[in-house]
Amino acid sequence: MGDVMLTLLKDLIRLPGLSGHERPAQERIQAAWEPLVDELSLSPIGSLHALKRGSGAAPRPSVLVATHMDAIGMMVSMLDHGLLRVAEIGGLEPRVLPGQPVTVHGRRDLPGLLVQPPAHALPAEDRKGPVAVKYLMVDIGLPPGQVARLVRPGDLVSFAQEPFEQGEDRLVGHSLDNRASVAALTACLVELQQRTHLWDLWAVATAQEEETLGGALTSAFALRPTVAIAIDVTWARAPGLPEHRTFPMGDGPTNAWGPNIHPGVHQALKEAAGRVEVPLALEPLPAHSGTDAFALQIAGEGIPTGVLGIPLLNMHTPVEAVSIADIRRTGRLLAEFVAGLPADFLQTLTLD
Amino acid sequence: MKELLRRLTEAYGPSGHEDEVRDLVRQEVKGLADSLTVSSMGSLHAVVNPQGKTKVMVAAHMDEIGLVVSHIDPAGFARFQMIGGLNPQTLVGHRARFANGIRAVIGIEDQEDWTKQATLSDLYLDFGVSRAADCPVRIGDIGSFDGPFVENGPRLIAKAMDDRVGVAVAIETMRRLRRTPHQVQFAFTVQEEVGLRGARTSAFGLDPDVGIALDVTRTGDTPKGPKMAVELGKGPAIKVKDSNLLSDPRLVELMVRRAEAARVPYQLEVLQGGTTDASVIQLTRAGVPSGCISIPCRYVHTPSEMVDLADVEGAVKLLSAILSRPMDLGRPA
Amino acid sequence: MPAPAARPARAHLRLLQDLTEAIGVSGAEGPVRAIVRKQVEPHADSVKVDALGNLLVTRRGAGRARLRVMVSAHTDEVGMMVVSVSSEGLLKFEKVGSIDDRQLLGKPVWVGADRLPGFIGAKPIHLMSDDETEQTVKVESMSIDIGSGSKTAAEAKVKPGDRATFATRFRRMGPSVMAKALDNRLGVATLIELVQNPPDGIELLAAFTVQEEVGLRGARVAAFSLDPQAALVLDCTPANDLPTWDGEENIAYNTRLGSGPAIYAADGRTLAHPGLLEHFIHTAESEGLPYQIRQPGGGATDAGVIHVARAGIPSLSLSTPARYPHSAAGIASLADWRDTVRLAHAALSSLTERTLRRS
Repeated sequence: MGDVMLTLLKDLIRLPGLSGHERPAQERIQAAWEPLVDELSLSPIGSLHALKRGSGAAPRPSVLVATHMDAIGMMVSMLDHGLLRVAEIGGLEPRVLPGQPVTVHGRRDLPGLLVQPPAHALPAEDRKGPVAVKYLMVDIGLPPGQVARLVRPGDLVSFAQEPFEQGEDRLVGHSLDNRASVAALTACLVELQQRTHLWDLWAVATAQEEETLGGALTSAFALRPTVAIAIDVTWARAPGLPEHRTFPMGDGPTNAWGPNIHPGVHQALKEAAGRVEVPLALEPLPAHSGTDAFALQIAGEGIPTGVLGIPLLNMHTPVEAVSIADIRRTGRLLAEFVAGLPADFLQTLTLD
Repeated sequence: MKELLRRLTEAYGPSGHEDEVRDLVRQEVKGLADSLTVSSMGSLHAVVNPQGKTKVMVAAHMDEIGLVVSHIDPAGFARFQMIGGLNPQTLVGHRARFANGIRAVIGIEDQEDWTKQATLSDLYLDFGVSRAADCPVRIGDIGSFDGPFVENGPRLIAKAMDDRVGVAVAIETMRRLRRTPHQVQFAFTVQEEVGLRGARTSAFGLDPDVGIALDVTRTGDTPKGPKMAVELGKGPAIKVKDSNLLSDPRLVELMVRRAEAARVPYQLEVLQGGTTDASVIQLTRAGVPSGCISIPCRYVHTPSEMVDLADVEGAVKLLSAILSRPMDLGRPA
Repeated sequence: MPAPAARPARAHLRLLQDLTEAIGVSGAEGPVRAIVRKQVEPHADSVKVDALGNLLVTRRGAGRARLRVMVSAHTDEVGMMVVSVSSEGLLKFEKVGSIDDRQLLGKPVWVGADRLPGFIGAKPIHLMSDDETEQTVKVESMSIDIGSGSKTAAEAKVKPGDRATFATRFRRMGPSVMAKALDNRLGVATLIELVQNPPDGIELLAAFTVQEEVGLRGARVAAFSLDPQAALVLDCTPANDLPTWDGEENIAYNTRLGSGPAIYAADGRTLAHPGLLEHFIHTAESEGLPYQIRQPGGGATDAGVIHVARAGIPSLSLSTPARYPHSAAGIASLADWRDTVRLAHAALSSLTERTLRRS
């Protein structure tokens, strides 16, 4: 059953689906989810809504699980003598960019290279040190006239790094933020085929998380779930990184805690993890979670929220790395959480 | 169009104080709309063809950037804070106008080093009085730039082209729109410059199916200017992205098709550092596919904003072409 | 209902003490909510706690209710969250809300629900070079010491996620009070009194909101739920009215201590509704109450999100000034606070629909 999840994930990290232009990713996710859910629909701005109905008596409470399907990348801002200048979509780390292979989605998909111009082509103060995105360029190796016929401002530029595996457990590539979480949610849907759950489950692949959190905000407003969970990647432990903000890969997902999290939802996730023996580390987030949950919590009249984090190395670079076992564990934990929700769970969430 | 733009740009209307502009707009559009209402924040909503199936909200903001008085010293000089995004460099020596018609000069403290950048705390307002009791404004009063509308061939120069030119495009479109299958909600919004506040509440109240903003955008065609593909005189810009908006790709494609069919020269815009009402309309309620038609403008947020009349005319033609034909966006991209 | 008292009674001071000494860091406002609940429940028509922890209370005043008015006060304070326990049993922490790092060093703190006494340690000056004393110590280099001595001993009492605040006791200083969290327990105390002694002729929708300090979060959903016709936000704003070093006029004082309640014309997130602004100024003048206009400029209150909720809600902010907010101890004038209560009560009692109309 893990094959559905892994096949989907490996496909997704080869597909573009930048913020605001998620269709390629959305169509692939929809194909995977179709046999697993009862209803599928799209929000006005392109988020994918999948409903798996619960078995409880109507009116049923619902839990919304959000995993953003958009990825970071770039957009052509202007053509300059046959080369392309780009604007960021989402937050890029400029220092990893020179020399990265990219795909320019013009009239057709074109292979390109992100390049750091030679020093003399840069302003004096910017010649040493990291070169900002606004000075980098994309070279597609074609003469200016042809470039002008094939590419225009507004065209998307996505990373073209080929994904690869390391050993049995590690997957390396771009866009694992947040396709790893989409995979985890898919694993949960697969497991729930064999289990009953009282509550309705809305599996939502949100749009625009990396730029506006807009998909989460509008989907939560439309669906008005009783409880909402966001699954996103978090920072994996690596040398030089602060210990309290990073978590070892392969040790399971994290369970966030802080103002963006409802303590009752946090507790329920913790208990579910205990029941299926999934290790779950507490991730303190003193202010906001940096995830869709920041929007989910304040949609409409307010929603009790939780956040699960999948540790990821090299976040927001084309060589992100994740443990496949962590993804499976997250899926299992989520399935146990959903299946274990009693009819009266909402009442237990009332704060004093 | 030029006369309308002259009256609109010369009117006083900084964020939160749009009454004069709203009255002007109301005069221009009454008789053109099926209903005219004012929101609790002061935005003016003019609805055309309420029986139309698809609700299209067209937003143009009435407010301009300005300054708010924060302190009056014993000699009657006033210190101020900004309303909206202002570069202090562009203020020195200019004139400000307040609600009561009072004018002041924006002065600067004597600088030891004239090569260093002026900051807000170096500036003050001079009302020509000599003591605080005679100062004609009080703390909290808001002023805007003051200056006349000027024509230079096809180029039009005025303060507040941002966004009175968008307002003019909306009004002129209302005038020329003969038939539309849609319920078009022309929203003349308030307080855009301080955080898109009017548009947020108007969109919630109007609950549209599609959102289109009309606003200015910057250009890349001035000496050592920003690297942008938009230029004056090359037509209205169809916005693909700005700092807070990812325009709905289907709407962008539709705008391109309509522009080409109507033979309106257009440009594609990616703006870094700036946004419009469209970004909050898009995230209203359950989500609203949104985009923006931009009028290229040099020197945005200075007292002398410059647009090209042909671009303005082009924007009217493009908006009319979009509104007069169906708007089936299909599946989201 | 009688007008609120001009002089603070002993009960007022005791309530201020309880409120300011409670630990209610953004996201964990329970202890403050408990105190508020006890004060308002006997007087309320309805009481509800929503998904984020906002305490929503309704109370009708005397006479026909002309308007549904939301009056809000945020219950949270800035503070700290423990994020890890070191091998020596010291607690690493992060700030919650905006605190200047220079306010933290060498301060006693209370940690967790049990209010364990701790301190943020500092190196002795004798053992530092001159250069070192000129560097600001960043929060990343600080730790809270609760006297545990070892990781296991510490973990028996405290865990990551626990909150901490400055350990400041409330004190009266003649016409002033000194306490932590005057932002916004002063506003909370004002709102409690308005529930207990409601203004005439309105349906009071009292919202004791959460998470203001981390992004105006609670007020946003409270305004959406309540959907009021108007809103008054009670907060606390800095009085930066200290003398300048060179004797030049202080032109960025924001508000002045002792000059009365501060009415906002404009701050970083809200331009006041002109009708409400005029109404409150007019009420202060006709009631003979002191008031000041808070200097326009930055900062924000819950009004920033309330006034743009739904199709827009006419809103105004009214604050009691305090010196040194977001630090271990602030100082406020009791007269300013009492006058805030009186102004709010009088202005709400005379609020009509006409005040809210636009041309």
